[in-house]
Amino acid sequence: MASSIRVRATANGDITEVQALIQHPMDTGFVKDAKGELIPAHFIQELKFEYNGKDVFVADWGTAVSKDPYVKFSFKGAKKGDDLKVSWTDNKGASDTTTAKIS
Amino acid sequence: MHNPALATRRLILQGAASVALLGLGNLPFAAPARAAANDKYPEEAFKQKSEAEAIKALYGKNAEPSDKVKLDAPEIAENGGVVPISVTTTLDKVTSISFFVAENPNALAASYRIPDGTVASVANRLKMAKTTNVTAIVEANGKLYSATKEVKVTVGGCGG
Repeated sequence: MASSIRVRATANGDITEVQALIQHPMDTGFVKDAKGELIPAHFIQELKFEYNGKDVFVADWGTAVSKDPYVKFSFKGAKKGDDLKVSWTDNKGASDTTTAKIS
Repeated sequence: MHNPALATRRLILQGAASVALLGLGNLPFAAPARAAANDKYPEEAFKQKSEAEAIKALYGKNAEPSDKVKLDAPEIAENGGVVPISVTTTLDKVTSISFFVAENPNALAASYRIPDGTVASVANRLKMAKTTNVTAIVEANGKLYSATKEVKVTVGGCGG
């Protein structure tokens, strides 16, 4: 299966801009399905970006983050060609990880 | 001691002083853990319904409005399920940035930990149940600064 994480990291001088798009239902637990039954909450709780073995950005999410979440941030000190590790875990214990090359 | 009465008085004073110290020392522990400052997922803060309770559970203190926090959100969101919201700040020593949507079922939407070397700026997309205030809180140098903006929602993002 293709990774649920799409990430683009672009170094511009000392600053690396990171944009990530993750495929995830982010169910709130307030929405009913076609049969009128509540769809249980299912959402990413933690999304982590690591560079050089160090966290550069950690997101703690609740159910109010949109479906297929998007996030953008920037950090200092990385170079083109370096690796950026991205990982998430959701409230049901599922997780995914990918490593992106900084371009 | 030459004067027993004085000695007793001193003892009492010492006792009072240590009680006062203990009282002060206990305060930080009595306050809710500042989840954003450590490494754990702030489960309790996400469960809180109102914005005030969520801020208290997450940070354990109040934020003051600041024009150094720039919150960018649309005036009108046609789809409450996907509202692009971002925040930037010129404040120094930022350690976390959090987003609250006042009238969502749970006010805290997202909280970001900003380590040293990461730029204090975040863009994301949030769900909004209805027209309400969005607040961004920036934790900088141990203090909280906020910016608030009302976003009008045409179609709510919580379904149901």
